Amino acid sequence: MAKLVIPSLLETLYMVVFSTVFSLLIGFPLGILLVVTEKDNIWEKPFLNKVLNSIINILRSFPFIILMILVFPISKLIVGKSIGTTATIVPLSIAAAPFVARIIESSLKEVDKGVIELSLSMGASVPQIIFKVLIPEAMPSLILGITITIINLIGYSAMAGAIGGGGLGNLAIRYGLYRFQTDIMVVSVILIIIMVQGIQYLGNKMSLIIDKK
Amino acid sequence: MITIENLSKSFENGDDKIWAVKNVNLHVNEGEIFGIIGLSGAGKSTLIRCLNRLEEPTEGKITIDGVDITNLDKSGLRRVRKDIGMIFQHFNLLSQKTVYENIAFPLELEGMSKSEIKSRVNTLLDYVELVDKKDSYPSQLSGGQKQRVAIARALANNPKILLSDEGTSALDPKTTKSILDLLNRIRKEFNLTIVLITHQMEVVKDICDKVAIIEDGEIIESNKVDELFRNPKTKTANAFISGLDFNIEEESIKSREFKGTLIRLSYLGDSAKEPIVSKMVKNFNIHANILSGNINELMSTSVGYLILELLGDDNEIKNAIAYLKNQNVSVEVI
Ligand SMILES: Nc1ncnc2c1ncn2[C@@H]1O[C@H](COP(=O)(O)OP(=O)(O)O)[C@@H](O)[C@H]1O
Ligand SMILES: [Mg+2]
Repeated sequence: MAKLVIPSLLETLYMVVFSTVFSLLIGFPLGILLVVTEKDNIWEKPFLNKVLNSIINILRSFPFIILMILVFPISKLIVGKSIGTTATIVPLSIAAAPFVARIIESSLKEVDKGVIELSLSMGASVPQIIFKVLIPEAMPSLILGITITIINLIGYSAMAGAIGGGGLGNLAIRYGLYRFQTDIMVVSVILIIIMVQGIQYLGNKMSLIIDKK
Repeated sequence: MITIENLSKSFENGDDKIWAVKNVNLHVNEGEIFGIIGLSGAGKSTLIRCLNRLEEPTEGKITIDGVDITNLDKSGLRRVRKDIGMIFQHFNLLSQKTVYENIAFPLELEGMSKSEIKSRVNTLLDYVELVDKKDSYPSQLSGGQKQRVAIARALANNPKILLSDEGTSALDPKTTKSILDLLNRIRKEFNLTIVLITHQMEVVKDICDKVAIIEDGEIIESNKVDELFRNPKTKTANAFISGLDFNIEEESIKSREFKGTLIRLSYLGDSAKEPIVSKMVKNFNIHANILSGNINELMSTSVGYLILELLGDDNEIKNAIAYLKNQNVSVEVI
């Protein structure tokens, strides 16, 4: 059984790590832009803000499975094929990016308006405010947000397993559902639960440790 | 140092337009502590925030050190802002940074080197007496300590002007006094010009040289602090002065209820220390009955008033009043 489970576990970790990185790379800047371009914020751009908001809302309203099928061509373009563990990273990243953008947005919005004002009064530029004030001040909340993202991606990656992705989800379906090997299904599910619990625990701990408020 | 001409600021809320600041004209000299006092919602914050354009003026002109700041572009404005420190009611410290890092923050923005930052921050920590708190986080400090960090941070760039938006309003009376003392010391040692807004006459009395009273966005009275205390012209000014703890409600004294002549003496400076009343009683054949009075210690002088009932011959009373008028006190028959 270990022969079956361990490669699948590694596949899941591989998908989750990379899709987390890529969704953050896309979603983090978007989240920052959503905040700073807002009305009365430090880089007010009403039109850009509206456009970004619409794109993110549209992307978020797609069910993941449908999105995954829709981006098959893109996966093929980037990875060379449209199914398999590596190919699944593409739809996972695209699905999680707008979610990340919203999470980052809401964390950054929690930052006290007063410290932004203070920074402006000291002649800080917009990039200085973003990188020296907004992000460091929001860090504990950002870590919690990233934790939720990772947990969501574990769930999505299991779902992706059903339609051609690899990983524990795929294993559970292949053996548990199609071949009635309940033990493998149970082990897969337990592993997923342990991952989710462990990451949530780590995220909470880290956020608590770095928060000086 | 600072000249404000015809400054107005409006806010639009949908179809509503409110004028938070209306046609304000003020002049603040170098090295002066200038107070702006008003009730909540009077437009104080809006006015002071126009001085570094945290709020964009709708109309009017603000000149600082000869530069019209209302016309500056973004980079010019950023440069001018580095010459204007600001402190706030709720301190606005960076919650995830230590005391040291908070004070270093404006220097980091400047791109100053680590070693230069270190020596500057240490000097400032010493100056505000927080050396032992340097690695603490704001959440571990008292209100007074937080404001001292904020003051050190505001001074880091060697500004010429310090703005205080209710800088002591969140503090208890004793801490307020210590922060005001610190501001006064800074003003002297760094030749800083300070504009502070407050709703507490205590603050004005303790450190301001001049004061303007703002009501509904308009400056309704502006004067040297001692003059204002001696001779408040508006009802609001009177209300603020009588709001001071040790003041007695003057309106409760009604001249009809007394047989003699009621007079109100206002005195300023050294005359407050002279035994004027006792001399008057000795020189003239009258009795004086003290009904109410006070002395306020201002920054550089003292002012006060006294309400007396004078009993005796009409002529003697007239002469006594004439005598008082010669003693550098203003006399008003009630
Ligand atoms: N950003 C804003 N938008 C709309 N109205 C505002 C804004 N800021 C202040 N005001 C209004 O302007 C008036 C003056 O406010 P403020 O300057 O904060 O007064 P103070 O500091 O004296 O309490 C108030 O009526 C307030 O509601
Ligand atoms: Mg205010």
